[in-house]
Amino acid sequence: MNAGERLTDANFPAHPEKATLEGKNKFLGFWLFLGGETVLFATLFGTYLGLRNMHLEGPSGAELFSLPLVFLATMLLLTSSLTSVYAVLSLKQNKVRSLQGWFLVTLLLGLGFLGLEIYEFIHYVHEGHTFTSSAFGSAFYTLVGFHGAHVLFGILWITTLLARNWNRGITLSNAPKYYLFALYWHFVDVVWVFIFTVVYLMGKVG
Amino acid sequence: MATHESHKKRSGLMDWLTTVDHKKIGILYLLAGGFFFLIGGLEAVLMRIQLMEPDSKIFTGELYNQLLTMHGTTMIFLAAMPIIFGFMNAIVPLQLGARDVAFPYVNAVGFWLFFFGGVLLNLSWFLGGAPEAGWTAYAPLSTVAEDTGVDFYVLGLQIAGAGTLAGGINFLVTIINMRAPGMTFMRMPLFTWASFVTSGLILFAFPALTVGFFLLMFERVFDANFFNPDMGGNILIWEHIFWIFGHPEVYILILPAFGIISEVISTFSNKRLFGYSAMVFATVLIGFLGFMVWVHHMFTVGLGPVANSIFAVATMAIAIPTGVKIFNWIFTMWGGQIRFSTAMLFAVGFVPTFVMGGVTGVMLSVPAADYQYHDSYFVVAHFHYVIVGGLILGLFSGLYYWYPRMFNRVLNETLGKWNFWLFFIGFHLTFFPQHWLGLMGMPRRVYTYMSGQDLDGANFVSTIGAILMGAGTIVLLINIIISASSKYATTKDPWDGRTLEWAMPVPTPEYNFAQTPLVRGLDALYVEKTAGNGEMTPAEPVGEIHMPNGSILPFILSLGMFISGFGFIYSNWYVAGAGLGLVLITMFLRSIIDDHGYHIHKEEVEADIKGGRA
Repeated sequence: MNAGERLTDANFPAHPEKATLEGKNKFLGFWLFLGGETVLFATLFGTYLGLRNMHLEGPSGAELFSLPLVFLATMLLLTSSLTSVYAVLSLKQNKVRSLQGWFLVTLLLGLGFLGLEIYEFIHYVHEGHTFTSSAFGSAFYTLVGFHGAHVLFGILWITTLLARNWNRGITLSNAPKYYLFALYWHFVDVVWVFIFTVVYLMGKVG
Repeated sequence: MATHESHKKRSGLMDWLTTVDHKKIGILYLLAGGFFFLIGGLEAVLMRIQLMEPDSKIFTGELYNQLLTMHGTTMIFLAAMPIIFGFMNAIVPLQLGARDVAFPYVNAVGFWLFFFGGVLLNLSWFLGGAPEAGWTAYAPLSTVAEDTGVDFYVLGLQIAGAGTLAGGINFLVTIINMRAPGMTFMRMPLFTWASFVTSGLILFAFPALTVGFFLLMFERVFDANFFNPDMGGNILIWEHIFWIFGHPEVYILILPAFGIISEVISTFSNKRLFGYSAMVFATVLIGFLGFMVWVHHMFTVGLGPVANSIFAVATMAIAIPTGVKIFNWIFTMWGGQIRFSTAMLFAVGFVPTFVMGGVTGVMLSVPAADYQYHDSYFVVAHFHYVIVGGLILGLFSGLYYWYPRMFNRVLNETLGKWNFWLFFIGFHLTFFPQHWLGLMGMPRRVYTYMSGQDLDGANFVSTIGAILMGAGTIVLLINIIISASSKYATTKDPWDGRTLEWAMPVPTPEYNFAQTPLVRGLDALYVEKTAGNGEMTPAEPVGEIHMPNGSILPFILSLGMFISGFGFIYSNWYVAGAGLGLVLITMFLRSIIDDHGYHIHKEEVEADIKGGRA
């Protein structure tokens, strides 16, 4: 069977994302890639932890951070992870419309998160907390900004993926791609949970 | 089954720019890495000429700093690693009995990123001066440097490093998912095992370096304050991040050499490798411990006796699995029918040389003693004994060993022996006296010394040795040129090989194995030879073979990174944006153009088999 062919309920495999060797390779390769990404973020967290109290004359984290706003952003992102789970469940049941619907919700929630983050950054700059104002500023914007860039990349990814496959149904070629995006999105979410804890909660309580 | 008609046969330059064939990418890596090896070697010889006589004034000051920075950077990132990747690409899929690597397209992206990153870095020589902060680019040397040299360093290596990471993931997946039937992990040749562990190290070491380069780039281009104490920064963050990458890096370099040595010694002793499973365990253990010891580069920083002691003990522990390997190589030779081909000479020369480097490594791992050795020529002698006496001898050995498989010709053995003796004697003449120079107090990274301090003689000998090493390398070049003008060798298995890469005809068909082989033991080909078959038993009937299409996109994507690198170096955001835009467009094209590759028909494969071409 051609990998680009639309699957029917009759020939639908239990794990369409790794039914082909190509899918298996992508599945494993992406998990490994996420291992590398873990080191990337761990290094950024380490840098932030080393520098988080070096705010000099500028405002400290405790003065800057507004927990209700960050909590709202967290809820948006965590919910988007849940909707991507529903999308993958639809994938495994060969329900392409439902898959598209859930990923669209994921996309919108991700955009909402990104909007809040941009608002937050602009607000901080007005408070005198800039990228160059102190080591704390550099470390904060680098860590949180790297995460934000990952969210932005995920949004571009799922947009392209949905647009390209809108009329195609689920195939052995695109099933791994949907699945990998969901993995990526969960990873970005988990990193945010750590940022929420290490940057915002620890920043508030010292 | 539908055949995809999108397959275009390309030829000449376009074939090389668009290739996704791991064998051709292996050759590209080898050529580009070899080219940078010559440049890095030239830089080394120039430094040794400056140090030949006391108070010499040929390459002084800033120029000397540029030479030493570029020598280290080029040799590690642009010569040693790419040559290793060249062998991994050319040999690992063959040793596994695989048709291809897991991600042929990503493989091409990895090569072109490395290539353009290396070109970008070396263009600094012509565009305002090379970096001069050492290959470690310690802050604040690297953060306060006014000219653009360090910017070229950061951007060039960031791009090349991304390519390396892609390659590492590719090999991990290839080795885990694409082994032929019967090729269990404990039947994999040692070179493939070493490539596996090395790829794992790359996966976990390079992202740390990526972050380090981003921080340094933000510091220089966007005025960040990670390493500026006046603004709350801390220079030790750079040192930690650099060595969290940098220490595993030396095992990324040496493990593949261990793998090559294991293959060569086993083949030319006509014995299976002694203690195979201990060798595998030692390789994995060295890989693990490699991550636990980065602070031994920072003993004199002042982290305190507790931290220093922990890292000292962890460092010393590495000597144990390494010793296991050394003894296993010796026991493999013991009682074997040894043939001293050039490849074997390099492998045998490797063993005592590497042991000497290892012994000085243990000496350096004692923090109290390290306060004396630190930043002296003793350290220079140590790491050149490990990296040149270990890795480079291993790479030479691998080159002579696998040259017939990669280029379908055998290198001349007489010239090969000249190459070995010139290089081997030159090497020891260069670096052995440097132990004494270091103990006599000669500091590294300094361009001159005064006469009358008992440093003259050893420095003179050292420079003569460097020139001999250069002569050995020139003999190799002559050998390669002569072989290139000769005809294809007709023999597919010139060394009476034991592993799968010798089971195919010459030249290797584009699909490697016409039929995936059935592996029935360690040293799979040797098992069949002793069973009287002489060739591998196929594990599948002859059928259609699925191949990936070539693509120009990896080249364009890397070109985009190259352009954006220039934009960031000169703070021109339009150029930077245009380059990144080109990268995104390439990624977009890759995702919207369906490319399922093409099929080679069963009849063609059958014709190849009948004609002795597969």
